[in-house]
Amino acid sequence: MLEIKNLHVKLEEGEKVILKGMNLTVETGKVHAIMGPNGSGKSTMSYVLAGRPGYTVTDGSAKLQGQELLEMDPEARAAAGLFLAFQYPVEIPGVGNMTFLRTALNAQRKARGEEELSAGEFLKLVRDKAKSLKIDAEMLKRPVNVGFSGGEKKRNEILQMAMLEPKMCILDETDSGLDVDAMRLVSEGVNALRSEGRSFLVITHYQRLLDHIQPDVVHIMADGRILQTGGPDLALEVEKNGYADILAAHGLTEAK
Amino acid sequence: MAAKEEAVAARLAGLTAGPGLAGPRAEARARLEVMGLPGRRDEYWRWTDPAALNGATPAAAKAAEDDEAPLFDALDRLKIVFVDGVFDAAASDDLTLAGVEIARLADKIPAWAEALYGTLEAAGQNPVKRPFAALNTAQATDGVLIRVTAKAEKPINLIYVHKSETSDPILHHLVHLEPGAELTLLETGPAGARFNKVMEVDVGSGASFHHIRAQGPDSECRAVTHIFARVAEKALFKSFTLTVNGALTRNEAVIEIIGNDAVAHVAGAALGDGATGPFLHDDTVFVTHQGLRCESRQVFKKVLKHGAIGTFQGKILVKPGAQKTDGYQISQSLLLDDDSQFLAKPELEIYADDVKCSHGSTTGAIDETALFYLRSRGVPEEEAKGLLVLSFLADAIDEIEDAGLKEDIVARLETWLARHRD
Ligand SMILES: Nc1ncnc2c1ncn2[C@@H]1O[C@H](COP(=O)(O)OP(=O)(O)OP(=O)(O)O)[C@@H](O)[C@H]1O
Ligand SMILES: [Mg+2]
Repeated sequence: MLEIKNLHVKLEEGEKVILKGMNLTVETGKVHAIMGPNGSGKSTMSYVLAGRPGYTVTDGSAKLQGQELLEMDPEARAAAGLFLAFQYPVEIPGVGNMTFLRTALNAQRKARGEEELSAGEFLKLVRDKAKSLKIDAEMLKRPVNVGFSGGEKKRNEILQMAMLEPKMCILDETDSGLDVDAMRLVSEGVNALRSEGRSFLVITHYQRLLDHIQPDVVHIMADGRILQTGGPDLALEVEKNGYADILAAHGLTEAK
Repeated sequence: MAAKEEAVAARLAGLTAGPGLAGPRAEARARLEVMGLPGRRDEYWRWTDPAALNGATPAAAKAAEDDEAPLFDALDRLKIVFVDGVFDAAASDDLTLAGVEIARLADKIPAWAEALYGTLEAAGQNPVKRPFAALNTAQATDGVLIRVTAKAEKPINLIYVHKSETSDPILHHLVHLEPGAELTLLETGPAGARFNKVMEVDVGSGASFHHIRAQGPDSECRAVTHIFARVAEKALFKSFTLTVNGALTRNEAVIEIIGNDAVAHVAGAALGDGATGPFLHDDTVFVTHQGLRCESRQVFKKVLKHGAIGTFQGKILVKPGAQKTDGYQISQSLLLDDDSQFLAKPELEIYADDVKCSHGSTTGAIDETALFYLRSRGVPEEEAKGLLVLSFLADAIDEIEDAGLKEDIVARLETWLARHRD
């Protein structure tokens, strides 16, 4: 599904290099988790995959179902099936959440040559999905993420994911800021979307999320690359012992 | 003095005023001769060159080929049509409407209109001179005289059609709302190659007046318009203007709140794209508070690209004794590129101690983070920018209370945005 090879990325302005030879393959239908110390480049990797301006790719490639992502506009990547749930969802005053969702959904359908949803069809769909995430009608009417609590913003990201039905979902710390109940809701939302044709890349600092969304593969990322890959046990090990040993084994200290 | 009078005489040379109102017209001409035509030296014309408005004849302006459905088409309204400033009886509805008396300036003038004509304009000449308004009062050829005695049965729509490349209409409207009366007045269309319009609005106690205007879309037209409003106790005055395109548009609003507990809002959204011709849009607003516990709001937004220029000069004057005044003013521009320009001069002048007044002005670009967020959800770049423009304009558009009218205005905006993608 997703194949990242030898990805090197620096900031467009200045010389700071963030990704230093990142390799990662997520198979179709699988759930991969990435853990790693703060500042290791996890969000940067997500942004680069989604096409955020401000980064320069100096080497490597990232393919979604064989298609080179790095050459596509962000909207084309979305239409191709990539979705990023942001670590910090963006507030857009003046644009209603419903308008936003409907515009996005129909734009993707149009880009794929599918028919746009009618107002009625859309409304029914969004109400159903919102209900299962306990997002009330009032929240749907408000401007995108404006005045939403941290947890509401994260649930709103999952609502967008549920509406857009992407193939490759990247969740960047979707669990941060969630209370225990919201964490369960969000996990259920994600699990409901798990299917043979859909893959997930779940970025998290905590094992707790992985109790709910059980990963097939766990990666440890530090200093702009994947240091170690293993099964679900790897996350448990990190939870218990921290990153020191893994970093040390690769000649890195905790402070990098 | 002589030079000023000569310039005024040259400006008025080819004009023929409408019939009647000899007294107020002569007074207006005398006012104009004293103040003279404006020049760039004048403080309130520093950013907008009045030369094109001072010339004896207008620069030629083509009528846009308009394939867009007329605005407010589905709305039940009373239509009054002017083609290049000339009343079009055939295209207009009968001038009868329950709760309203309608006459024309070019016809027999009712006594109430005789008494009102030019008075609010004259009062609004202090402390800022507004020569084009005096010129209008002196020379207007026609206009609509509306006296509202109850709740108007439906909105009145003044429709301005522009056909002639050299038309130079001067229209002067009067609106008088009796205590407790209600009217929604719509104005649509580009009117002429060069348009000078004055509207004097006298809002009686407890009355409410809603004004929604759409200027454009002809790119080469020039317009100078004035609204002079007097707002009495517990009355409501609300005016919203959408401007798309136009080589030069100067909209002045002069609002005097004379009674207690009254509300006056004036708002505007202007969109200009220098790629389809020069665009200069100027809002000049003056709100005076005299009553107790009154609220005023000025909300002006401009979206500018490819060398378009926007200006805003807005003032709130709180007179001595106008306690508990709540005055608010915001002017903002969204510059879609580096070529465009926004100039703003917000002013507050307060002579009462127990008031709440605020003003702000900002200039900004499209929020790149929001743009990326939208694109990451699959919204194409230009469409995403359109959404962000609408979101920028939302505060101004929200000043339109009626949901249907608001929808029509938003549709206009969307059409403009779709036609002006890069
Ligand atoms: N636009 C930027 N300007 C300057 N530094 C940046 C920028 N973007 C990322 N960085 C730096 O790059 C490094 C990687 O940041 P990134 O946000 O990708 O880390 P992360 O792994 O997601 O961390 P966290 O776990 O705290 O979310 C950090 O040192 C960060 O400060
Ligand atoms: Mg991060």
